[in-house]
Amino acid sequence: MAKIMAGVGCSHVPAIGVAMDTGITHEEYWKPVFEGFKKSRVWMKKQNPDVIFLVYNDHCTAFDARCIPTFALGCGAEFQPADEGWGPRPVPAVKNHQKMASHIAQSLVLNEFDITIMNEMEVDHGLTVPLSVMFGDIKQNGEWPALVIPLCVNVVQYPAPTGNRCYNLGKAIRRAIESYEEDLNVIIFGTGGMSHQLQYKRAGLINSDWDKRFLDLMTQDPVGASQITHLEYLRETGSEGIEMVMWLIMRGALNENVTEVHRHYHVPASNTAVGHIILENNA
Amino acid sequence: MTEKEYDKIPGTIVFDADKSREGYHLNQFCISLRLQKNRDAFNKNEEAYLDAYPMSKEQREAVLKREWNLLLELGGNIYYTSKLAANDGINFQNLAGRMTGMGVDSYREMMLKGGRSIEGNRDKSEWGED
Repeated sequence: MAKIMAGVGCSHVPAIGVAMDTGITHEEYWKPVFEGFKKSRVWMKKQNPDVIFLVYNDHCTAFDARCIPTFALGCGAEFQPADEGWGPRPVPAVKNHQKMASHIAQSLVLNEFDITIMNEMEVDHGLTVPLSVMFGDIKQNGEWPALVIPLCVNVVQYPAPTGNRCYNLGKAIRRAIESYEEDLNVIIFGTGGMSHQLQYKRAGLINSDWDKRFLDLMTQDPVGASQITHLEYLRETGSEGIEMVMWLIMRGALNENVTEVHRHYHVPASNTAVGHIILENNA
Repeated sequence: MTEKEYDKIPGTIVFDADKSREGYHLNQFCISLRLQKNRDAFNKNEEAYLDAYPMSKEQREAVLKREWNLLLELGGNIYYTSKLAANDGINFQNLAGRMTGMGVDSYREMMLKGGRSIEGNRDKSEWGED
């Protein structure tokens, strides 16, 4: 049977992708950001996952205002990196485990999570940046070392799904994955955050104390984290900090008791606090 | 209109269903600039390109004048307006430098020092606003 071995929480700042794509990760500004992923890349190699279930949000790239699904599951064979206005990232297309994705889609709806099924979808930095930071540089003509099942969450138009809903969706995703008959090693990613506000006069807001508490809750009290209100996210972590509800989907798919094997926090990457955590399911 | 709980947060426009409705055509114009062929057409003749999008006069003017904050007030969302900014060669950080009125250099400096503190930035009353 397929099994979720671990969860990864990770920011997906677009400038991090640009830094990797333009080869400036050694510069003073970027060094401390990437330093924190050194251990993660070694860990990823050791884990050698067959499939990554990757929770992220689209930034008005694949989805425009015509259609705004709250949860959209990628079920197509592959997903091309999108042109977000400055050309597509020079990274490989993302390949799906299509059979497993279909199984998950069916299982989720029968478990009363009425997701949208995407058979055609381009993916933006929200999905490719976490893969890049965790796997390191992969050439455009190469291949990502794992298959990826994308789950795209609306966090752009208010309201995003509640933390509680996300946490419970994580549990349903786990049931779906772990009822799939092939023996597969699966890692789930929750991406986005941490505190940041990209817009209007309060842009640049960072709340490190809050972010660090959130990382603590990820390890120690996920149910507590799932009860954080939208107002608290918006006020305390900036209008775009609400992306952190996506970490709760990842957390819901893990055991209540987990082992934190790595944590990284750095300010700034462009406008954003970079947060990262690796949680292993206790046997 | 009834007051929303997040209206008290200073310097912040929450892109909710009302904003989304108001900004629909503006945002659809912005996202069209994601594609090179559309960027080329827009850059060749902005006014003619905008004719295809039935936005309000105010929104159209704000696009032409690149009034980044006004665009958000009129229903634009940052992930959309950033496509217009990208077309002008302005990245997210430089756009924030403009929207905050700080300018690019002092904004970048603030971020390097840990960003804008949450203290004094939770409630409009702290900004001397209602």
